[in-house]
Formats: sequence, C-alpha cells, structure tokens
Amino acid sequence: MSMSPLEGLTIDSIRASLLDKKFSAEELTKSALAYAEAENSKTNAFLTFSPERALATARAVDEKIARGEDPGKLAGVPVAVKDVIVTKGVRTTCGSRLLAQYHPPYDATAIVRLEQAGGVIIGKTNCDEFAMGSSNENSAYGPVRNPVALDRVPGGSSGGSAASVAQKTSVVSLGSDTGGSVRQPASFCGVSGVTPTYGRVSRYGLTAYASSLDHIGPFASTVRDAAKLLEVIAGKDPMDATSTSAPVPDYAAALDGNVKGMKIGVPKEFFQGLAEETSKPVQAAIDAMKAIGCEVHEVSLPHLDYAIACYYIIAMAEASSNLARFDGVRYTSRAASAATLADMYRVTRDEGFGAECKRRILLGTYVLSAGYYDAYYVKAQKVRALIAQDYAKAFETVEAIVSPVSPFPAFKIGEKVDDPVAMYLSDIYTITGSLAGVPCMSVPCGTTPDGLPVGLQIAAKHFNETGMFRLADAYERRVTG
Amino acid sequence: MAELANLALSEHEVAHMAQDMSSILTYINKLNELDTSGVEPMAQVLFEQDETATLRVDEVRPPLANSDAVGSAPVTSAGYFKVPKVIER
Repeated sequence: MSMSPLEGLTIDSIRASLLDKKFSAEELTKSALAYAEAENSKTNAFLTFSPERALATARAVDEKIARGEDPGKLAGVPVAVKDVIVTKGVRTTCGSRLLAQYHPPYDATAIVRLEQAGGVIIGKTNCDEFAMGSSNENSAYGPVRNPVALDRVPGGSSGGSAASVAQKTSVVSLGSDTGGSVRQPASFCGVSGVTPTYGRVSRYGLTAYASSLDHIGPFASTVRDAAKLLEVIAGKDPMDATSTSAPVPDYAAALDGNVKGMKIGVPKEFFQGLAEETSKPVQAAIDAMKAIGCEVHEVSLPHLDYAIACYYIIAMAEASSNLARFDGVRYTSRAASAATLADMYRVTRDEGFGAECKRRILLGTYVLSAGYYDAYYVKAQKVRALIAQDYAKAFETVEAIVSPVSPFPAFKIGEKVDDPVAMYLSDIYTITGSLAGVPCMSVPCGTTPDGLPVGLQIAAKHFNETGMFRLADAYERRVTG
Repeated sequence: MAELANLALSEHEVAHMAQDMSSILTYINKLNELDTSGVEPMAQVLFEQDETATLRVDEVRPPLANSDAVGSAPVTSAGYFKVPKVIER
C-alpha cells in the first residue's frame, strides 16, 4: 500500500504549506481524491466522490492566496461528509436504497460554513441507513470495514466518516451523533470524535432521525483539528430554531496543555462489569490525567442502567414520525406496482427501508400509539429528566467526566447482526450524555492486547466544549509526546 | 402496527419483527422499576435562554425554484408531484 498524501497533515500544517507555496490546494485535492478513490475498495468508506465540487473549492482557495487574501480557517483541507448531511447537487443517500438517486436542491448549513472557510469536500461517506445502527452494517450499500482490522466493523452509524480519517483518505470529516454515532466509531477506529452541546451546530440539512437528540459533529486525527472544525460549523443559524445563540469561542486558542487542578469525575457505574481489555487502557488514561495535575474524584450517574431503554423509546418514537416523509412522493424511488395511494406508501416503504429502520418505525409507532403513549413515551421522558439531573449534579463538583466510550472494542462483521438488543447495548456509555445534551468526545487511549483501539470519553457541562477540549488535548500531548 | 406505520410487511417479516419487538419491549419494560412520580417529562434539552431567542426574522425570502423542488420526485407532471388515485370508485 502506498502512503497517503495526507499522512501527518493537519489543518495548521496544510495552511502553512499553502502559504509557503509547497503545494497548491488544487494539487492536494487531486492527490487526496486519487488516493481515496484507489483505497476505497478496502473499506467501502465512501459512497460518492465529488471531484468537480472539490476542485472548484480548492481553486477558489488558491485564487484567494494568489490575491493575498485570507483563504479561510480550513483552507484546502480535504473533508469527508457523512451521507445523511445534504449537499446541493451531490447525491445524498442516507445509506438507504430509497434515496439512491437523491440529489438535494440545497446545502446543509454546516456544509455552507465549511466551504466558506475553504474546506474541500471530497466525498460522501457510508453510514447505517438513516443513521440507525452501531456497526455500519445497516447500510444498503454494504458495510464499511474498519481500516485498523478489515474483518471488523468501524462502529456506527458514522462508520465511513471515522474510517476515512483513520485511513487518511480525509484529514477531518463530519458525522452525526444521536446516541453515540460519532463517539463510538471514533473509538473503534482510533480517532477523535466530538458530539457538541445539543443546539451548538445547526442541523439544517441533516436528515432527521431523532430530533431531540440529533447532533452534527467532527472527526479528526488530533483534538486540535476536531476543535478547529467544530468552531467553523458551530453557531446560531436562522434556519434551525434549535440552534443556540451562545457565542462560539476560539477553542484551539485555549489548548495550552495546562490542566493543573482541573477536577475530573469518574462515574463508578461505568466500570462495573467492564472487561479488562477496555478498563485497563481507560484506567491508564485516568492515571495519566492525574500525572498532569488533574484532581480525580469518584462521581455517580446512578441511572445508567435505564439509559438504553429510555433512549430507544425516545429515539424510535421520533424516528417513526421523522421517517414518515419517505413516502414515494417527493424524493424517494417509488414502488412500480402500486395502484393506489395507500399501496404506494406501503409498498414503497417496505421495498425501500432496511430491517433496522422498519424495526424502529414499528416500535416507535407502538410506543406512541393510544394506550401506550404514557406507559412508554412519557415514562421515558421522565427517566430522561432523571439522567439529565444526574449530570447536572455531577457537574456541581467536577468540570469533566471521564469514562469508556464503548464496553468493548470493534467487533467482527456479522457478530451481532441477529440480536438487536445486544447491538443496542454497545451504546450504553454514550447514550446518557446524548440524553442530557452535554458535549462529549472520544479521544484514543491505547489499544487492547489484540491491538484494537480503545476510546476515552470526556463529557463536560453544556457549552463547556473548551474545558472538554483542553483536557483531551492535554492528555493527547502527554501520551503522544 | 405495520398498517399504522404504512409498511406492507411480508408474512416472513411479520414473524421476524414480532419476535424482535417482543424482546425489545421486554427489555424496555425495565423502566417500570423506577418510580418517576413527581418527575416532569423532558421533551427537549433546554438552556437558560430568552424566550424569543429562537425566532427568526419574519421576512420574505426567495423560495426554492419549482424545478428544484420537484427535481428528485419519481413522478411529476407540469411542475406538480403526481400520485396514484387517492379515492377509489
């Protein structure tokens, strides 16, 4: 295998090289695209490449530099985008055969901001259908293989975006996270992945799965690059009423490596019954944080055991109503055989959705139906409030909470496909933060004895991405030297 | 349930889904172990924010062009989405 032209490149180093005329954005884009296309058969991380659009953005960056203008915060950086985020004129499948030919008429706000900053979108990445899954095996376009171990899953649902950064076919990428879909694949592939505070990044143009839980978040090889990408896409957007107007700080400026006296909490419930291959590297990371001056405290998030049941009720309920729009009328393929309107809906959806989407639509319909609404949906919303209170209480005494990201490392392709409950359990540690809406990230913290990556999760208070990044960056400096 | 969700499932799928749903429902019934009396349901993550902070300015903006709006539809005619017969005679 030839070495990636993106090996070792960061947002800062690309900018410096462009300004020093070591290479142009167009040259970098061409070599990145050629490498990504050549390597794609190994992992199936990309579903679509967008060379025309990428080269147009790259040339605009080069022209700005030639004119002596600022080329933007992501100048010339090759970016991969999860295929649930719409891109004008570039096919957006959501991993579903229903949208095999969907070419959206507009761009998501995150896409607009990314390109305005000079970021170069080279293609769209594979994912679980409509972001529903924990292994990327629910894609209509075949699973993604983990670049670290090709017989294993990359995690999900943003498997292609995580794999692309790990495989160095992009420098950074965008994913979406509803219950762990950025953090879990980041941990499985050995890269950093961030779920920002709920409302921090506009979801305009993110295909809705579970609206009260959906986030767009970045992947990168370094904490600093993840922080820089988040800064570009974050902030109020009039097109998304749930985006918040809180000012967006310069996250990277706060990364000084100094976390002396920072209070971090370790939730005891997250370690009960945890296998040693995961608990050992996580414990070593906590020890490293102590060594750089953090004060470690035990905290409690007592409702952990109820989080998965709570999450799946809420997510499936919201999914069943969000997926109603895929009806064979506006942007999906339509079943050819249907003679009546009702048949068209039913047959189109039966032929188009994969098994996991159907399962969630059915369960969501069930928990929202008359007679069950209070027992399931309202009950889950109450449990969600208890989980959010657990976090609020913990953050009264500590600035960050550290834990494992996943109870196990990347598993074999096919290993869990026949047992939906076992698959859902892989999200146990990521789901509580999603329900509380707090910022969380996964940062690599070593490997299992088999060489599979393990991720450390860092969570902070609403809008304290800065504290989360500072701790992750200081830890990264400590372990990478 | 499949009818409510507008899904035409095959017999084989119905059997398979019924089995999955029953194991998932058994699992989620775990929530009944918790006493939630007196707890307010949480529908959305909320922050301290001005009540009108999320409202955008109400102004006229150019809409999506008709050709763009219907551009990805499977069947259209004269700028409209076309669907099969709605009312049976």
